[in-house]
Order: sequence, then C-alpha cells, then structure tokens
Amino acid sequence: MAYLDHAATTPMLPVAVAAMTEALSTLGNASSLHTSGRRARRAVEEAREDLADALGARPSEVIFTAGGTESDNLAVKGIYWARERPRVLSSTVEHHAVLDAVEWLGGTGAQVGWLDADESGRITPQRLAEAIGSAPEEVALATVMWANNEVGTVNEVRELAEVAAAHGVPLHTDAVQAVGSVPVSFAESGAAALTLSAHKLGGPYGVGALLLRRDVKCTPLLHGGGQERDVRSGTLNVPAVIGMAAAVRASVSEDKAHIAALREDLVAAVRHAVPDAVYNGDPVHRLPGNAHFTFPGCEGDSLLMLLDAKGIECSTGSACTAGVAQPSHVLLAMGVDAATARGSLRFSLGHNSTAQDVAELAAAIGPAVERARNAGLAGMRRRTSSSVRV
Amino acid sequence: MRVLAAMSGGVDSAVAAARAVAAGHEVVGVHLALSAKPGTLRTGARGCCTVEDAHDARRAADVLGIPFYVWDFAERFTEEVIEDFVAEYAAGRTPNPCLRCNEKIKFEALLDKAVALGFDAVCTGHYAQLSVVDGRPELRRSVDEGKDQSYVLASLTSDQLRHAMFPLGDTVKEQVRAEAEQRGLSVADKPDSHDICFIPDGDTRGFLSDRLGERDGLLVDDETGAVLGRHTGVHGFTVGQRKGLGIDAPAGDGRPRYVLALEPVSGTVRVGAAEKLAVTGITATHPVVPVMWHGPVECVAQVRAHGGTAPAVAELIGDEVLVSLREPLRGVAPGQAVVLYRPDQAGDLVLGSATIATTR
Repeated sequence: MAYLDHAATTPMLPVAVAAMTEALSTLGNASSLHTSGRRARRAVEEAREDLADALGARPSEVIFTAGGTESDNLAVKGIYWARERPRVLSSTVEHHAVLDAVEWLGGTGAQVGWLDADESGRITPQRLAEAIGSAPEEVALATVMWANNEVGTVNEVRELAEVAAAHGVPLHTDAVQAVGSVPVSFAESGAAALTLSAHKLGGPYGVGALLLRRDVKCTPLLHGGGQERDVRSGTLNVPAVIGMAAAVRASVSEDKAHIAALREDLVAAVRHAVPDAVYNGDPVHRLPGNAHFTFPGCEGDSLLMLLDAKGIECSTGSACTAGVAQPSHVLLAMGVDAATARGSLRFSLGHNSTAQDVAELAAAIGPAVERARNAGLAGMRRRTSSSVRV
Repeated sequence: MRVLAAMSGGVDSAVAAARAVAAGHEVVGVHLALSAKPGTLRTGARGCCTVEDAHDARRAADVLGIPFYVWDFAERFTEEVIEDFVAEYAAGRTPNPCLRCNEKIKFEALLDKAVALGFDAVCTGHYAQLSVVDGRPELRRSVDEGKDQSYVLASLTSDQLRHAMFPLGDTVKEQVRAEAEQRGLSVADKPDSHDICFIPDGDTRGFLSDRLGERDGLLVDDETGAVLGRHTGVHGFTVGQRKGLGIDAPAGDGRPRYVLALEPVSGTVRVGAAEKLAVTGITATHPVVPVMWHGPVECVAQVRAHGGTAPAVAELIGDEVLVSLREPLRGVAPGQAVVLYRPDQAGDLVLGSATIATTR
C-alpha cells in the first residue's frame, strides 16, 4: 500500500486530531455572550492568532471559511463586486474553484483577461504587467495561484504582487497547495488575499481561511449573522478551526527537505523504469512533494487502475464530479496536446511518506506503463469489416 | 477469471456484476461515460449515461465490494454510434444504435482495452444465453422472451463472444429485480431504460433535423405517383411508419397509408396501403456467421429488435445473405439487422446476422 496522493488530501496530523478531538466535546457557540460562548470565542481567537502568526498575517486578516473553494469564490467574486470595475485577470492554470468563479463572473458581464502560463506552468510578472496594460483603473482584481495543484510549479507571488500593487490592483493568490509545503508569509508576499485549506496540510476537512488585507473591500457571498468581519456569516466551526490552526502551526515548522529528497528518488525511479516519461512542470521551482509525469502512448485512467490494483494510489489530475478523466486544462494551457495530456499522472508525497512508498512505485510503474501502452494501442484500433465475419 | 463488468447504473448490469463476483471471478466495475457533457443527456432513471447513472453504478459497486472506475468513451461513441446513426438516416435507412454500440463500443473499444489491460472477459447485463461448445461460442435467446436481447448482440463475432459474459440469460427480469433486492442493491426498483440514450427527449426527428437540417422532398402515392404532400427530410421517416406523415386528405379508399420506401437522393417518401408493406425477400450485407452453415438453411428470421419474426430460408452467397420469408413480414426497414435463429428448446440459437439492404 503506497499512498501517493497527498495533494488530494493528506492524513491529519496527530496534534491536529488531539486539538480537534478535545474541542469536539466542549460546548459553546463563539457568538454567544455567556461563559460557554466566551470560552469558545477565546479558543477561536487563539486559533486565529496562531494561524496568523504562522503565516505572517495579522489576526484581523484571517477569515474562517468552509474550505478552499469557498475562500477562492469569496475572494474572486467578493473583491470584483466590491471594487465595481469591469476587468478580472486570471491565470489559465488555476484550480477550478478560481477558474469557474472567474468564468461565471464573465457570464454576468465581467471582462476576463486570461494570463497565459509558460510551458512549465508559471505566470511571469511581465505577463501580468502586459495584461494590466494601460488601463489599470479598469481592473477589479488579478488572481494567480501560489503553487499549481497539478504540476506543482511555484510562482513568484511577491514579484507578481509588486506588479499588481504598482498599478493599484489587488492580487488574490490561491495558496491551497503552498501553505504547509513551501514558506508562505502573507505580509511579505504583498498579496491582497490568500486562500488556504486545512485538509491539504494535515488539518480537518471542510474548513479553510481567506487571509484578506484590511484595506481590501470584499462583498460577502453569505449573509447572516455578520461573523468574520461581516464578510462571512455563519456560526464558526470551532473544533475545525482549532484543528486547522494546530495543523498549520505544525506543518509550517516542519522541514520539507526529506519530502523533497524522497521526491527526487521517485523521479529517478520513474525515469529509470520508463526512460521516455516526460517530467512536467518546473524542475526547481516546484512543490517538494510533487512529481508529475506524462507517459507517452498511455491513458492515465488505465495506469491509475493498474497501479490501484497494486495498492498504489495516485491521481490523473484534479478529480471531477462524474469521475471522468478529462485532459487537464493545466497541461493544455502549458501547450501539451489533448491526447498526450490524457496520459499523465500526478504522484504527491506528504508528511508520512516513506522510502517504501517510492520503492513500491518503482517496482510497479514499468510493467503498468507497458500494459497501458498496449491498451492504448488497442484503443486506437478500429476493425474494418471484412465481407463475411465469423 | 479477471472480469470487467460494464455497469450502466441500471439493475441488470448491477446483478450481472454481482453474479460474476458470486461465481468467484475477480471483478472490476466500469461505467462508460458516453457523453462529453453528462448533464446534457437525459436526467432521471431512463437513460444510461447521466451523472446520476454513474452514481448508481458506483453505489452498486460499493455494495459488491469491487473497484469501480468511470472510463471516458464519449469521443468513440460519438464517432461510431451517433455519427453513424445520423448518416444512416440521411441515407434513408433505419439504424439500430444499441446494436452498433454493442458491436463497436462495448465489445470492441471496451473489450480491446480490457483484454490489453489483462482482463479475460467483459460482463454485461444483457438478456441472452451464451455457451461455448467445442470451442465455439453459441448465442441463444434469453429464457425471458420478453426481454431477450440476442438480436442486438447477434452481430458480435466469435472472437468477441469468447470474451463476453452475459450472466442474466437464464433468468427472467422479475427474478433479477428480486435478486437485486436480496443483494441490497438500491437500483432494484429503478425503471428500465427505453428509447435511445443520446436522444434525451425521445424526439428522434428533431434530433436528426438539428444535425441534418431541412432537406425538402415530396410524399408520393406509390401506386398513382400523385404528390400527396411535402416533407422536410427523409430522415424523419421509417419504413412501416403510419403516424406523422403530414398528409391532410384521406386516401381515396379511406384506408390508412404507410411509408413504403425512402429515396434519399431525390428526397422522395413513397406511401401506400398496408399490404404493400409485406415483404417476402430480404437481401442483407455485412454478414456475421458465428455458426457455420452451408447452402440454404431453414431458420426463423427476425427483422427488428422486438417482434417481426417469420420462418425463413437463408443462404449465404458471396458476401450477401439472401432470406426468403415463408410468411410475409411488414415494416422491414433497410439499415436494421436481420438475425437468423435455429429454433431450439434450450433457447433459439443465433445462426447469423446481417444488415438489411433491400427488400422485395
């Protein structure tokens, strides 16, 4: 059994489980005014301070949400609505939580400017500057992810934010894959808003945060009790917030060198077994746990099934509701053709990955690729109907 | 054996997969995504390729405790089934897309992939009996004659049948539903699918008009040659059709009129009296003959998916099958398959299948 899909979700850290478990049996609505309420509120505020401290933010900049998708939607739609300017700039390789929110805004009348990625999946500051162009006052916001969830490429968010700030444009960055994997400081980044999700870094499911600078106006998606600076109403999920803060604190302080070293072993093993495998993304500026390959002549779903049968769990790209593997929009944006893009797999390592995981993949990947190639060829074959068939 | 169970999300394929598991095979469930945009296909329980159906298939696999995947065959399905369907209608023929899907998708594209990935067989919930005698596969009608699907499987070759598994052929539908209930499969009560899965609203004529546009032509009395009306495309008609001809005036003799023939080049639809639909001879092409037979063979011919059977003599001459019907059949449409059976106590045996080209 080798779990190589930590970018999808990673096991909860024991410290987060302990903190959350304790909170689960503690009564209190953080909005209540009595003793139990005050106790819950205190726990939430301590979690907020911990999380802010770990990520270079001020506590008042932390807005708790129900996860990465909500944070992305809140930032993209909320800032666009609040700033009342016609243009939204977005990279083409964003997670669907950003991409689809931007496209939805486009459908309501926003002018969408797409920022093309280079062949490693990176968005350059030059590209952002060009897109802002001569009419920065028309731009409501720009959104560029910190690190790509598929190919693992890490952007220079500080440089991007500098370009944006020079033109008075707020930059939102989806840092769901980055927080807990690479150093992230909200203040130093210069971003106006930053998305994070707990379950990607060893916290619980269904909770996340938007770090939002105090000077950035954001219209709420959810109206109600006015919690979270009136930007995100709803009773706070106290145990989840506490679990998330514990996980963030633990994950940012952990050295990632061992994960990067394991990743290098994995890459070497795959290349040894499959010499024509293409290693996608940026070889240097990438997430420590990410290894993303294209296997020419294979379909990713065949490979995934064959590896799954051997107890090796990985991903063909970002999961989709119907479970259908579509060619990755990230690879297409990087210039890969659709047929090649279908033959891709993402292996992602995390805090409890071991050399044994890599060894299991090393043993299985060669035969799996060989078999998937035969299936790929079989899939191309079309029988011509001869005159009489038996 | 390693068995790949094609799971549509319906009760039949779920029970078929369950039986493969119970027989001790190593089973993996696969749902075929046949539409590039699942949401655009029909919703509810009538189709076989909606997001809901994928969910139902997944839940059945959960109950059976087998791995489950969704495989994307949308492109291949569009090319091989939908485009063929449209082209056949445009050519004045009446295709059977389910037959085509079995031949080209389930037992070609899927089977080829399954075999290459190390599977021994593809298992489906079709109602037909399959056995192997002296190394040769024999396909027979289901014991449930009302549900029998041997007609839409008869164009499979021996090689395809060798890798096929139809565990429901010996069971009637009510028993399959009861078995689903016993096994805790939530699809036990799910209604049967009907019609054509890629035409959500059942409006075949509208579907074809969207793709083929309007191709005006005349409705002509076959006997007198009189022009009875105009139409917007031969693809809106099928031989044997009575309703929706759009003729205002009744026939001189007051009897209903039927489509007798379609002439796609001139755009002419010939109509006439019911007795003129009667066919006693069929020439069919692209034969598949899994059971060898020489010279004229006594058999029963079936000319459409449900009903339409008659005793016949068939002969394979070159690459054509000539069928002489001992009793006339009505509504024999070019493009449909003629399937030849040898009557048998154990279930009529499929002798062969071919595509109807001309009738007389």
